[in-house]
Amino acid sequence: MSWVTKTFSSTLGRKLLMALTGLFLILFLIGHVSGNMLLFKDDGGQAFNEYAKFMTTNPAVKILSYLTYISIIGHVIVSIILSSKNKKARPVNYADSKAATNSTWNSRNMGVLGTIVFIFIVVHLQNFWAQMHWGAIPMVTYESGEFKDLYAVVNLAFSNIGLVALYVVSMILLGFHLYHGFASAFQTLGLNHKKYTPAIKFIGSAFSIIVPAMFASMPIFIYLSTLK
Amino acid sequence: MNLTLKVWRQKNSSDKGGFVNYSIADISEDMSFLEMLDVLNEELSEKGEDPVHFDHDCREGICGMCSLHINGKPHGPQQTTTCQLHMRSFKDGDTITIEPWRAAAFPVVKDLVVDRGSFDRIIQAGGYVSVNTGGVPDANEIPIPKKIADEAFDAATCIGCGACVAACKNASAMLFTSAKISQLAMLPQGKVERKERAEKMIAQMDEEGFGACTNTGACSIECPKGISLTNIARMNREYFSAIVSSENV
Amino acid sequence: MILDSKIPAGSLAEKWTKHKFNMKLVNPANKRKYEVIVVGTGLAGASAAASLAELGYNVKAFCFQDSPRRAHSIAAQGGINAAKNYQNDGDSVYRLFYDTIKGGDYRSREANVHRLAEVSVNIIDQCVAQGVPFAREYGGLLANRSFGGAQVSRTFYARGQTGQQLLLGAYSALSRQVANGKVKLYPRTEMMDVVTIDGKARGIVTRNLITGAIESHSAHAVLLCTGGYGNVFFLSTNAMGSNVTAAWRAHKKGAYFANPCYTQIHPTCIPVSGDHQSKLTLMSESLRNDGRVWVPKTKELAEKLRKKEIMPKDIKDEDRDYYLERRYPSFGNLVPRDVASRNAKYVCDEGRGVNETGEAVFLDFRDAIIRDGEDTISAKYGNLFDMYQQITGENPYQTPMKIYPAVHYTMGGLWVDYHLMTTVPGLYALGEANFSDHGANRLGASALMQGLADGYFVIPYTIGDYLAGMPYEKVGTDHEAFKQSEKEIKDKIQKLLSINGKKTVDDFHKRLGKIMWEYCGMARTAEGLQKAIGMIQELRKEFWSDVKVLGTGDELNLSLEKAHRVADFLELGELMVRDALHRNESCGGHFREEYQTEEGEALRDDENFAYVGAWKHMGDNVEEELNKEPLVFENVKLTQRSYK
Ligand SMILES: Cc1cc2nc3c(=O)[nH]c(=O)nc-3n(C[C@H](O)[C@H](O)[C@H](O)COP(=O)(O)OP(=O)(O)OC[C@H]3O[C@@H](n4cnc5c(N)ncnc54)[C@H](O)[C@@H]3O)c2cc1C
Ligand code: HEM
Ligand code: SF4
Ligand code: FES
Repeated sequence: MSWVTKTFSSTLGRKLLMALTGLFLILFLIGHVSGNMLLFKDDGGQAFNEYAKFMTTNPAVKILSYLTYISIIGHVIVSIILSSKNKKARPVNYADSKAATNSTWNSRNMGVLGTIVFIFIVVHLQNFWAQMHWGAIPMVTYESGEFKDLYAVVNLAFSNIGLVALYVVSMILLGFHLYHGFASAFQTLGLNHKKYTPAIKFIGSAFSIIVPAMFASMPIFIYLSTLK
Repeated sequence: MNLTLKVWRQKNSSDKGGFVNYSIADISEDMSFLEMLDVLNEELSEKGEDPVHFDHDCREGICGMCSLHINGKPHGPQQTTTCQLHMRSFKDGDTITIEPWRAAAFPVVKDLVVDRGSFDRIIQAGGYVSVNTGGVPDANEIPIPKKIADEAFDAATCIGCGACVAACKNASAMLFTSAKISQLAMLPQGKVERKERAEKMIAQMDEEGFGACTNTGACSIECPKGISLTNIARMNREYFSAIVSSENV
Repeated sequence: MILDSKIPAGSLAEKWTKHKFNMKLVNPANKRKYEVIVVGTGLAGASAAASLAELGYNVKAFCFQDSPRRAHSIAAQGGINAAKNYQNDGDSVYRLFYDTIKGGDYRSREANVHRLAEVSVNIIDQCVAQGVPFAREYGGLLANRSFGGAQVSRTFYARGQTGQQLLLGAYSALSRQVANGKVKLYPRTEMMDVVTIDGKARGIVTRNLITGAIESHSAHAVLLCTGGYGNVFFLSTNAMGSNVTAAWRAHKKGAYFANPCYTQIHPTCIPVSGDHQSKLTLMSESLRNDGRVWVPKTKELAEKLRKKEIMPKDIKDEDRDYYLERRYPSFGNLVPRDVASRNAKYVCDEGRGVNETGEAVFLDFRDAIIRDGEDTISAKYGNLFDMYQQITGENPYQTPMKIYPAVHYTMGGLWVDYHLMTTVPGLYALGEANFSDHGANRLGASALMQGLADGYFVIPYTIGDYLAGMPYEKVGTDHEAFKQSEKEIKDKIQKLLSINGKKTVDDFHKRLGKIMWEYCGMARTAEGLQKAIGMIQELRKEFWSDVKVLGTGDELNLSLEKAHRVADFLELGELMVRDALHRNESCGGHFREEYQTEEGEALRDDENFAYVGAWKHMGDNVEEELNKEPLVFENVKLTQRSYK
């Protein structure tokens, strides 16, 4: 085995992949949430639609988006490999386990949380991303040219209370995933020091509450505005 | 006090095993947990039944031999070794569930006794400084800052009990392995071989069938010696820097 | 037989150096043709096995625990002595030598002790090179403390876990040789017999504790590093598994047993709390630096304490008897272990003991806390206080600790010569298993030193001298002698399993322990010892007709394991008593009430008893034969110890 394959077949090498892909996804979330904030702009969706077009056509963004796809797929595949190794490491379970006294629920259920987040991602891509790429979307025209009216698609979608609920719940679960995952990734990378670890933990907690909350506020906002 | 014990009994490694309930009376709260089991075993022996086998030796919390999973926690409700747990922590009428450590890398030998040879093999893979007896420099020729010596000492206090593995949802041996890697990585004596050591010990740890680390922190909370998670971070650093810079291609 | 200690000629300080040159060497290429068995992986065994493997010998290492790292050495707390003189306070090899000889009450060999002091300095170097994290000063150099009443600071320590750190160092060296393929490990394996062929040790027979398999191992030499036999008392500070079996079986194969009655009783242990007690816990001796030992002046007050009608703090200062300070004004609470222990026994015998069983005295930190503040005391002893509270449920910051003496260390053991060879050629004994360096009383922090000296720095030289004269061929384990021994062991196991009596093994062990503690403990009398011999013989008979050992021989079977060990303790116990009875003097840990000074101190008889008493096994249930190795003192003057 070469050193590369050896590294990535070791548990630590795989954990490194988990952390790097996870952190990249965190960066992606930042980008994604900031862009989507344009939904709140009271301009009938122009800024948002311009942004959406930019995101699907700009070559630099293309590269980033491919990295995101790879990260998600990599993150999921490695998490499956690790989880199966972890399962095998304890073939017989305890009859009595008080794990709640030594660790948080979300840290013990990253796989479950991740899986639901994954299902959400598939639904989400189906809803908007696939529409944007291949769907029949009405067009709007601004001074700057003709755009796909994704804004309308979004508005339509979020008039459905069921979908809104799904989004909100998923964001809560993502929040849980990140509440552990954010700081965990730094620990995996070996970054644990009394000087900065408290800050990482603080930022991680804040991040995992604020960012999902921002995401969740969008469908809620839109749903409420469609009621009017 | 009077108690009900729900004890895992298993004749040998190939037996399926199962729980057996015993009731035991007149237990004093000054007894240690293992002394309570001694009482049970005397009673069983008198009745002609096979006593419950469990590992123990020093009964001072230092040899790391005792290893019982008590009421859902390795070494029981307190952060100490099983042998240092006292019956004061229980109350009359309690039912106490006693199980062996559960991990593929710690197969059950009999009843509550498991085989922790995998820990020895991890150390054999590199948990040492390669110096022969004799021909070493004077002890004071290697000054070591007190803070570093103390931190290395903290890592070195691991007693190899395996509670970290037992507590971890993945039966991961990261805390144990990282304690040794950390101790030697911090000290100048251990620096010479640090890359090689990290690579080999971690490879051995994987080969033994321990799980990965999800950083839940359960290991450190249940560790009777309070070995810190910073050791795992340090081990990860050691490993990542080794893989990109060691001589092993 | 004349016991030849093989002490080299020449001046004390040069003996070892010259002798190293005079001993025969084994050519490096030939070392791999020899096989050495090391039984025990404590400090002595692990260091020996690793060092011999490094030299090129093929080593097999055995221990009964599941890992070599769990040997009882792991439990040592206080520290390890070495004549480094890093503190510039006047220490030297000669001073360590002198202190050890004097501390041993002049019952050890000058040459051995001097060698021990010489190599002590190498031990520290070796351990530091292995990465043992000794305590350090801010400047980065090693820290020392004074320990066990020594007048210089020569004790190296790693918090309260020195034994653990030293053992893990030796274990790591051993592990490295396992990885190198030079050491093969046999954990969970108990040595049952030494096999001798043509008068030489050529192997051992073992029982695999998991499968019960009886197996033979052949070798060119056998090293017993199997620790001490304090558990003959049932209650001691030793680990539960510590035993005499290996040494005793060797004894039965011709190795003389020396000074069995020399046992050390440690004054600061947590008292027995009831019949369920399985072992005793040592509280570090260092506590006596700040704690004051006392009992109430009157029996009446003590009685009230025992009944919990009053609390210790209710007793006024004038009603307290700080008996060590009163009797030994200059040493006070810091008198040596044997003196402190004996005095605790005296006051409790007078009915002034302070716990329910009447066997405890106070160790009080009240004054130290007032003087230095709770923070200072906690910084010094915090972990010990916590441990005490964990075990007893009492908070020593608020109420005085209760302590009582307990069996701690056995100075006696297999007789060995200067090469550490027993009276059986090719059979060596190292560490606590031998009798060698501590005389009648061991000083604090000296056992770790001796175990490592034996293993790292003595045996690698002396074994070559023997092996150089051995043929390369190994004896096959199909040899008659191995078969014979295997059969005897299987028969013995069968016998134990078939008695099917009514009493458990532990029951016998406890009763033996009580006899030993009562008659052969802190203070002994001819009358009591006589009585004990009869009692032990009776108990032994009863054991072999009424013990109940459950299960079968071919599985993990704790009661069978224990039965073997207790059977041997029952024989050793009698020998200890006989040794104590014959030694008509008091010295160190051996205190015969008939022989004391007017002030109640140990009274030696140098004219008649300045010898090592080495016993030869003459057959089962036959009285053993005493052999004497005279002790010659050319460098020190024998004096009476005084701590007034
Ligand atoms: C609580 C306590 C504190 C102490 N503190 C100090 C201190 O501060 N300083 C100091 O200098 N000394 C101290 N001592 C004494 C010192 O620890 C011991 O004397 C020393 O460690 C003994 O080492 P050893 O290698 O001879 O034997 P041990 O460490 O006892 O090892 C014995 C080995 O032999 C093996 N063995 C035994 N019987 C068999 C058998 N039949 N078959 C196979 N294997 C067998 C065991 O598995 C084990 O590996 C202390 C002792 C105690 C009890
Ligand atoms: C936006 C989406 C996601 C983000 C930002 C994210 C982020 C993270 C981060 C930062 C970690 C910590 C890595 C470490 O401990 O080193 C992590 C762990 C984990 N993630 Fe995700 N994740 C996402 C989606 C998913 C998905 C879809 C899965 C699917 C199954 C998943 C499964 C896991 C698992 C199982 C772990 C724990 C791995 C372990 O430590 O054993 N995650 N995630
Ligand atoms: S790290 Fe802690 S729990 Fe794990 S083996 Fe060491 S002492 Fe036991
Ligand atoms: S028996 Fe040694 S740590 Fe518990």
